[in-house]
Amino acid sequence: MTYLDAASAEPLHPAAEQAMVAALKDGWADPSRLYGAGRRARLALDAARQHLAEAIGARPDELAFTGSGTLACHLAVLGTLAGRRRVGTHVVVSAVEHSSVLNAAKEYAGEVTTVPVDRLGRVDPGEFTAALRADTALACLQSANHEVGTVQPVAEVAPRCAELGVPLFVDAAQSIGWAAAPKGWSLLAASGHKWGGPPGVGVLAIRRRVRWRSPLPEDEREGGRSPGFENIPAVAAAAAALTMRLDGIGPEAARLSAMVDRIRATVPALVPDVEVVGDPAHRLPHLVTFSCLYVDGEALVTELDRLGFAVNSGSSCTSSTLRPSHVLEAMGVLSHGNVRVSLPVGTTDTDVDGFLSVVPEVVRRLRAVAGAEGL
Amino acid sequence: MTTPPAPAAVVDSLGKLCPIPVIELAKHIGDIPVGAIIGVLSDDEAAALDIPAWCRLREQDYIGEGSAADVGSDRGRLYLVRRRR
Repeated sequence: MTYLDAASAEPLHPAAEQAMVAALKDGWADPSRLYGAGRRARLALDAARQHLAEAIGARPDELAFTGSGTLACHLAVLGTLAGRRRVGTHVVVSAVEHSSVLNAAKEYAGEVTTVPVDRLGRVDPGEFTAALRADTALACLQSANHEVGTVQPVAEVAPRCAELGVPLFVDAAQSIGWAAAPKGWSLLAASGHKWGGPPGVGVLAIRRRVRWRSPLPEDEREGGRSPGFENIPAVAAAAAALTMRLDGIGPEAARLSAMVDRIRATVPALVPDVEVVGDPAHRLPHLVTFSCLYVDGEALVTELDRLGFAVNSGSSCTSSTLRPSHVLEAMGVLSHGNVRVSLPVGTTDTDVDGFLSVVPEVVRRLRAVAGAEGL
Repeated sequence: MTTPPAPAAVVDSLGKLCPIPVIELAKHIGDIPVGAIIGVLSDDEAAALDIPAWCRLREQDYIGEGSAADVGSDRGRLYLVRRRR
């Protein structure tokens, strides 16, 4: 099987597996206890926090571990709303944020301003900062989009947010592991399984100056920001994976980016009526999304799986709600027949050649079955 | 606000999921003369996105939504397309 869904989860890095096994032996005890086994667990947790903080560009005491990236996003939004209640309850989001951010804002903010994106999925920085008000508790802008790969202008909106004293939450789940965190964040979320760590590790970083209060019952763990007994083996594994991966990621990202360029150019050349979506230049290195006219997205994913290629789709027929992806909707692009290809580290030219060799025939066959050939 | 013009033909795609409403639109746009309007009646949410996107890809004019009741339907939404070529 050729796995091309790294944006959902990157396969476990070998260093993560080693670190996890070691920490299961040495880091199982309660890190808040004062006896030897507890102190050893604390050392493992502190070391992991130190490594991840360095990689993200934060101070170790600004970092808390959560059970997932989604939970980190929820806590970022809810905790800032709680901490800044006196300022107001208005939240600014881009239309293409992850659903965890949009749902948290929708359900807990007093008012939400949704800033639209252009056809490429990019927010206009001027439009984003124009939405900030005196009663804005929080502004949310992802580092890069999870469905189409478009990079957002975080560094461009950050100075204005700072000037107005509005904290800027950056969901960096898709970019940490590929590139440094964008400058100017006040809160940042990331997710370990996107960079080769195990599932179940979310990272929430909160700058010291940000007024943030836990929306959950008081708990002393993780500086009061994330309740419950720390999963030290998983956290240690995530830290090991990120440290090992970032060593040499520049050339690897460039290599995969060239493959994505090849997919972006080849698919429309080989398959009629395909729309490649997302920004061709300002994008994640490893991710490309395209929509095939007259094709059912679910059938496309199923057929590619049968031929040995694992990809994801944002088409409505592949979601439980039967709604098209809110990202494709906000961009105003074709939503059916949608395929997202995201290359894990180590993807070979042979993998890409194999994928490109099956797509044209799969699409042709599905169009024939639907009676849509030659339309 | 002007009332949208009445379509010369209506494709009934109620109960069908995308891409079927778009396929049916593509099959029937040739049935009407250039300059005339075809309506697609659909209750699939993706049609609101995919019919305008099809018009852009196929260089046809997406006019907007009409009234499903005006073409005798008590459900779905009516999407209006003017044949440009």
